[in-house]
Order: sequence, then structure tokens, then C-alpha cells
Amino acid sequence: MIPDLPADRLTDYLRRMLVIRRFEEGLIELAGEYAVGHFHVYIGQEATGVPALAQLEPGDVGFTTHRNHGHLLARGTDPAAMFAEILGKETGTNRGKGGTLHIASLENGFPTTSAATGGCTPLATGAAFAFSRLGRDRVSVCLFGDGALEEGTFHESINIAALESLPVIYLCENNSLEALGQKANEYPSSTMAAAPLTDLAAAFKVPTITVDGTDTGAVHDAMATAVGRARGGGGPTFIEALTVRWPGSRPIWPQLLTGPTDLSYAWDPSAIPADYAVWHAEQDGLLRYVRELLSAGVLTPDEALAMDEQVKDRIERGVRFALDSPYPPVASALESVYA
Amino acid sequence: MREMLYAEALVESLRHQMATDERVHLMGLYFLGLTKHRAIMARLHADYPGRVYHPPIAEVGYVGVAIGAALAGLRPIVDMATASFMFQAFPQIVNEAANIHYMSGGATKVPMVFHFNHGIRGGGAAQHSHSPQAMLWNTPGLEIMAPSTPRDVMGLVNTAAASDNPTAWVDHVRLFDTSGPVPDDKDFSIPFGVADVKRQGGDVTVFASSWMVVRALEAAETLSAEGIQAEVIDPRTLSPLDEETILESVAKTGRLVVVDECHRRCGVAAEITAVVTERAFGDLVAAPIRVTTADVPIPFSPPLEQHVEPTTDKIVAAVRAVTDSAAG
Amino acid sequence: MAARIRYIEAVRQGLQSSMRSDPSVIVLGEDVRYGGPFGATKGLADEFGKGRILDTPISEATVMGMATGAAATGLRPIVEIMFVDFATLAMDQLVNHAAKLGFMTGGLLRVPLTVRVQGGVSGRFGAHHSQSLEAWFLHTPGLKVVAPAFPGDAARLLEVAIADDNPVVYMEHRGLYWTKGEVTGNEPASGSVVRRRGDHVTIVSYSRMVHHALAAADTLAADGIGCEVIDLRWLAPLDLEPAVASLRRTGRAVVAHEAVTTGGVGAEVVARLQAARGIRTRAPIARVGAPFAPVGAAPELEDAFVPGSGDIVGAVRGLLGEAPPRTDGQKGGRT
Repeated sequence: MIPDLPADRLTDYLRRMLVIRRFEEGLIELAGEYAVGHFHVYIGQEATGVPALAQLEPGDVGFTTHRNHGHLLARGTDPAAMFAEILGKETGTNRGKGGTLHIASLENGFPTTSAATGGCTPLATGAAFAFSRLGRDRVSVCLFGDGALEEGTFHESINIAALESLPVIYLCENNSLEALGQKANEYPSSTMAAAPLTDLAAAFKVPTITVDGTDTGAVHDAMATAVGRARGGGGPTFIEALTVRWPGSRPIWPQLLTGPTDLSYAWDPSAIPADYAVWHAEQDGLLRYVRELLSAGVLTPDEALAMDEQVKDRIERGVRFALDSPYPPVASALESVYA
Repeated sequence: MREMLYAEALVESLRHQMATDERVHLMGLYFLGLTKHRAIMARLHADYPGRVYHPPIAEVGYVGVAIGAALAGLRPIVDMATASFMFQAFPQIVNEAANIHYMSGGATKVPMVFHFNHGIRGGGAAQHSHSPQAMLWNTPGLEIMAPSTPRDVMGLVNTAAASDNPTAWVDHVRLFDTSGPVPDDKDFSIPFGVADVKRQGGDVTVFASSWMVVRALEAAETLSAEGIQAEVIDPRTLSPLDEETILESVAKTGRLVVVDECHRRCGVAAEITAVVTERAFGDLVAAPIRVTTADVPIPFSPPLEQHVEPTTDKIVAAVRAVTDSAAG
Repeated sequence: MAARIRYIEAVRQGLQSSMRSDPSVIVLGEDVRYGGPFGATKGLADEFGKGRILDTPISEATVMGMATGAAATGLRPIVEIMFVDFATLAMDQLVNHAAKLGFMTGGLLRVPLTVRVQGGVSGRFGAHHSQSLEAWFLHTPGLKVVAPAFPGDAARLLEVAIADDNPVVYMEHRGLYWTKGEVTGNEPASGSVVRRRGDHVTIVSYSRMVHHALAAADTLAADGIGCEVIDLRWLAPLDLEPAVASLRRTGRAVVAHEAVTTGGVGAEVVARLQAARGIRTRAPIARVGAPFAPVGAAPELEDAFVPGSGDIVGAVRGLLGEAPPRTDGQKGGRT
């Protein structure tokens, strides 16, 4: 379903999803030619991150994981500066110090990215603690995958959040559906005895919501509820958003197995190729959202394609900016150890 | 003798342990990291499905489980992938495994191995480039091995697997592609606490372990062309440390360059420098020089990363400096 | 004349004055509302309210991470780790997060966090509650480390640590808690200080070992041996200028600490001193530290483990040619 919002907000959601999709597709191509370190892409989860983070206001913060690009972009971080960071350039968000794993953008509410699984849960809880103690009407969002629940820090964190009624939202993006488990050279899926994952939060008496992570409207509503509760002093919420693992994210290094996304799949089923047909037809939240906008009359195919062209152009310019940017002066390697 | 890749020797030595002792179990999957060689490791997993444990992402949990299993009859070899993840498991390693034997008055044994891939691998940034050996060396109760060649990894794994002490096995992904001769005898072992002179020379002693041995040898080659003969000492194990071989070399050369990938402050190089200045005071004709990773977190950007790590050029420069300095 | 108060009271005073002057200063820790096991936070909850003195679950990893997150978003938290040994439980958050956030973000972020730990050998606590783990913190770029030896420094340097915009590990020695000293408020904020002048041997130390060094200097003075005692105070950044200046005069030095010798702070001090410009020592720089072993709980074992003034006296005499010059960092403990 589509969220109950004016048309310009609805199309803004789509634009942000396209920025993420084209950014990640561009990055996979770029990574073939340049050393970018081990990276992770957000393809297939756009319909979770965009509506969820749209519920935040300036000053609210998010703490994300190694799969961070989509979250940063959803809140408006400049793709050019992100490409530059991923290539280790002076013009990057972190001036080359962080790379893909540690992208930060203070103006967009991402103080840091921890690439240690489970590393972000106490940090997000701590920001909520600060807001509560400083009397600020702000919320903190902890963004993580199902794997982070395997770490002890999650259990310690949600206990404290519940005890102190902190304004924190634990948004677990469970992208392990159809992850291929423990097969050699594939990313393992989560290894949890607990199911559903919301049972974990329920044990701490934290309210939970389970949503289809490819359903933009459902995510929008769930997150609006959680943010409202946090801002109203009602304490933490745990949301589990279910998505299917994008086939290109199943190998250890991302591959563009499904090809560059073709928006016409949304309105022309006959265009969908046989390979990964189920992904294109049923599991891709972005294409689902385009279909919903079309059927609601919010958008025409031509408008969608025009928007996509604008986004692609922006991404291409971002890549060029990053490639043209200089590396930082080597002396800066020894700076910023201390404030 | 056979020629093997380091990665092949590593897996063969693990396979040999699995074949000869049913108590050996592997816990964790990423002995070869995410390198292309991981497929060799996958075959070992496939051959011993009941003795390879695929843990959840719960380092403190599964490492503790491995320690408990060692107390109860297994001889686990537990992998933590990137050494930075050691910190999640830190209390189990340094408070439990390292202390258990001592705290029990010598009754309880902890026969196990912790495997880490340490160091700068290229693009690992601040949270995936750690070298843990200095902190582990400050922890009485652990043995520490840091092999640098296919032969050494095989010989040291055999010794570690037979040891009744917890052993930290510090590996480096940049070694996996190197190759060298390995004995045919799969039981061949290298005792702990015996350093190896990787290159003979009379002008300056260069101490290096793990991946730094490769760079020290490169530097020695360059220096040899300039007429400076460097003796490269590879300790192979830090705990126990073969001080005598280092001191014998310094007695001959009078000069020392200590190369190590740990951060400088309180790193391995500091301890080696202190030991040599204490014990070889009369032999030194110049103050030892340390070549280490700078005291900053590891930056992502490639030129910045190279700026902070101990490179071959930096080793060459240090050797020139220590050989130029006046006697005294 | 300034009042003489106990070290633990000086810590409380440092906390109290910082909390009074800056409302963003908060305390998190186990049992801190009733004062903690040694009374460092006693009375603070009454004065500042429960909102600023948070009793946490026994969740060190998360408390450290929370404090880091809170520091990055506007508070100035102080985490109390009840025993430094329990910092091992929080090492990932301390080493991989708090210490690195400023650098990883290219300087975008500041982490004004103070981590109070107490440790050292005192009171027969055994291997899990008696360690001196400062070398790990020095080995972590991004952390500052301070280890006061006297009540004056305990109060003053805690205020300085809390006001610092970087993560600071503030190391208390349990065995000093009931010692008394003056608190003037005029103690220098940074650097090391000379505690005693002498011309024959330089003794470099910190925390409780400074007291042992001063006692050793008294003993040796009776034999006409003059020791200069340097109290490092801050271990990171490490100020060796007074030590280098002293060593230029004396030509002999002992570095003494309670931590295990191997891989300890002493190794770093030796490595730097021997490489300092203009240094030509007359004897090797000696290290006095704990043997390479965990701490035994039995009184005899604990006493055998912990280095004291007698070890420093022995090391000084050794440098002067009266006994073997070296304490063996590798001795003991191995099977």
C-alpha cells in the first residue's frame, strides 16, 4: 500500500529510493575497477529505509551498520561525497578516514557508522539516553540486520532502553529471507533460536511491530507509530521489517546479478526476463512501490522514467566528482586522533 | 620438500590435525578471510561436517564456548576472522583462557588455539586492521605464534595443537599468496621459543615477525645492493620469546631495527627494544630504531593507509639511519 | 594551608565540582547511586538527582557504548568501571568505537568521555580483580590515559579529564584510596612532575609506584645515593621531557610500575628514553614491574607478585654495580 501522504511526498519517497538503487548499482560497477574495500549494498531494502527514516526530523539521529549507504542516502546525504569517501578521497564525507564501512554525516543525523556487528546498538541507545537526560525532544534510531541480534550488546541495550524508557527505535531489517544459509562462499543467514525475532524484544516488555519491508506504506505507518511513542515519552519500540535478500547480495562480494533495474518491469510484466523473474515481479520493494504509485494514479510511466534519468545523471556526476577528486594529503593520516 | 602456497600449508596443517586427533574441532569459518583461497577451507569444512562449528555472530559467546569445550575434552581451534573482533571476545580470552590454568593452581588445562587475521589488509579502515599481538603479549598465560612462511605455519600449528596452553595464532592475509618449501613430513613441528634467522648479515639486526618478515627481507635485498648486510631475525613466537638469538645477532652487529605492525606506543617493538637495551647494553653502538604503525587508527584512504604503516621503504630508511649513526 | 583529604574523597570532589560546573556531566555505573563499592560517588545522587547518576545493569559493553553515543550527542559522561579488569568486557566499545570515532569521521565527531577505572594489587582480590591494564589503553590510539598518585592530582586531573573533548581513561589505584594529601587546585593540568630531586639515578614511575619510589629514595639516601623521582601522571600523552632532562644528568634510570613488565608502559618509556637525543646512559635502563604471571590470591603469592620499594632499591643498586641490573619480565608463570 502507499502511505497516506500528498503526491509530492509520495514521489519524493520514490526519488530517494531511486537514488539508493542507482548509487549501489553504480558502486558495484565502480568496485570492479577501484579498490573500495569490502562493501555491502542496500538494494532490495529501499522500501524500508526510505519511509522509515522519512519519519525523522532534523536533529534526530540514526546509527547504522556495514550496510549503511541506503540509510545515509535516504536522509539526503550527498551521493558524490559518499562515492568520494568510498574511494578514499579528500572530498569524502569523512575526508577519506572512514571508507564505506564508517560513513558519517552529522548534518543528516549519522554521527558514525560502526562496522562491528552489534556495535551500533549501545551507541544508538546512548544517544537516546542523552536526549532523555538533556530534555531534548529527539529520537534515536538503531538500524541493524538480523545478525546483530546474535551479539550480546543488543540484549544489554534493549534492557536499559526499557528500564529507562528511552526514545529509541530498534529497526531490525531482517533481510535473511531466501538468504542461502551456510553454503560455501555465501553469506550465512542469521543464526537465531528465537523466532519470530520480535519475541526477543517482547521479553523486555518493549512494544513490537512486524512489517513487510517491501511495503512502503506499512513501513511508514509502523515507524510513525514508533517515533510518536518515543517522542511522547512512551519509550522504545522494536520493529522487524522483513525483506528478501537481493540475489546480488548473496555472494560475499556484491554482484549485479539481476542487471541494472529496469523500471518498465513495473508496468510491463512481459519485459521481465526469465532469470530472477520472481525477484523482479514480487520481491523488489522499489518496483512494488512504482506499481502502487501507478495504480493510484500518482505517477505515469513517463514521469517515472524522467525521474529515473535525473537520478542516474546525478549519480553519474557523483561518480565523476569522486574520481576527479584528489586523495587527502598524507599528513592528514596523523590528524584527528584527538579533538 | 614441496613448494606450497601459505594458504595451502595453513589448510593442510589444519587438515592434518583433524585427521590425527578427533578432539580437534574447528569453530569459526574465516581462517582464510574472504580471500580467494577460502574455497580450500570450504573443502575441509565439507570433509568434516560434524567437527566444524558455524557460530552465530557472537564472538564473546562462541569463543567462551570454545574455551569451555577445551576444559571438557576437546582441543578447539577457534577463528575470530579479523583480529579487531577479538575485542568482542576479550574477557573470555584474557580473563578466562589465559588465567584458568594459573588460577587452578596448575590443575586445569586449556588446550586450544585462537586464530586471528591481523594487520593492514588494504581498505580495512579503523575497525578491520588490528594487530592484537602487543595486547596479548601483555597477558600472561597465552602463547603467541606469528608465522611468516608456509613451512613455519605448518610447523607451528603442529606445536600449537599439541600444546596444553591457549595459543594465539596471529596470521596475516597478505601472507596467503606467498609460497615456499614445506617438508614432506606432516608431523614436522617447530618448537615454540626458537627464532629463525631468515637472512644472515653482519651490519645490522632487523627484527620482524609475520608479514613484516617479507618486507624486512625486501629491504635487506635493497640494502645489500648498497653494501649494507642486514640480518633478519624472525622470532616466530612472541611468547615464549627467543631472546638469545636476538642478542647473539646484536652482539655481532651492534645495531638493531625493530619492525612491527602493531601501533608504536606499548607495542611489540617497544618490548623488544627494552629487552635488547637491558641485556645487550654493552653491545649496542647505536640506539635501536623502531619501525611501526603510527599511533593513529588506520585510515581508509589508500595513500593515508600507506603513510601510517611500516613499509619496505621505511625499513630501508631506518637501517640507513641506524648504520649512519655514530658509535657511542 | 590546603586541607589534607583522602584520595577517594579527592575523586569524589573532582566528580562533584565537575557536575556542579557543567550540567552535561553525568555518571553511569554499577551501584553508583549509593556510592559504589568504595564510596567515590557517595552523596552525588542526593545533590544531582537520579537523572544524572544512572545505576546501570551489569552490562559493561553497553554502558561503555551508551556513554560513547551520549558523548557524541551532547553529554559529557563519566563511566565507572568497578574494577579495571571488567574493562575487558567493554573493550570493543572502548577500542573500536570511543577511541576511533573522532578519527574515523575525519574529525566530525567528538567523544568527551571519561572512563573511571580502579585497579592494582590490594586486598587479596586474586587474578580477576587486581590487574594493571594501562598498556592496553596506551596501545589504543585515540585514548588519553591518566594515573594520579596523590589526592591533589586525583581531584585536579579528574576535572581536567572530564573537561577534555577526548575519551580519557582515568586510572585509580585501590591501594591509594585511603592515603591522604593536600588538594590545592593548583596542580598542573598536564605533563609529568619531579617529586624529588637527586643526582645519581632517575626513577620514572606513576600511580602507587611513585610512593614506593619515594620510599626507595629515602632508603638509598641513607647510603648517600640521590634519586630523582619523576611522577608521569599522564601516560598518554606521555611527557618524558623531565625524565630525559634528569637522565642527561644522572646517566642512569629505573622505570617502575606495578603492571606486568612484558609489553608494559616501562617498555615504551625505555624505548623512548634510549632513543632520546643527547642521551648516553652509563648503564642499561632498568625496568621494575610485575612478573609474567597472573596475580595469585594467597597472601604470600600476592606479595611475591607485586613489585615494591625493595625491588626499586635493588634495581638502583644494580645500576650502580652492586647487584644484577635486571628484573626478568619473562620469569614465572609458564608451564
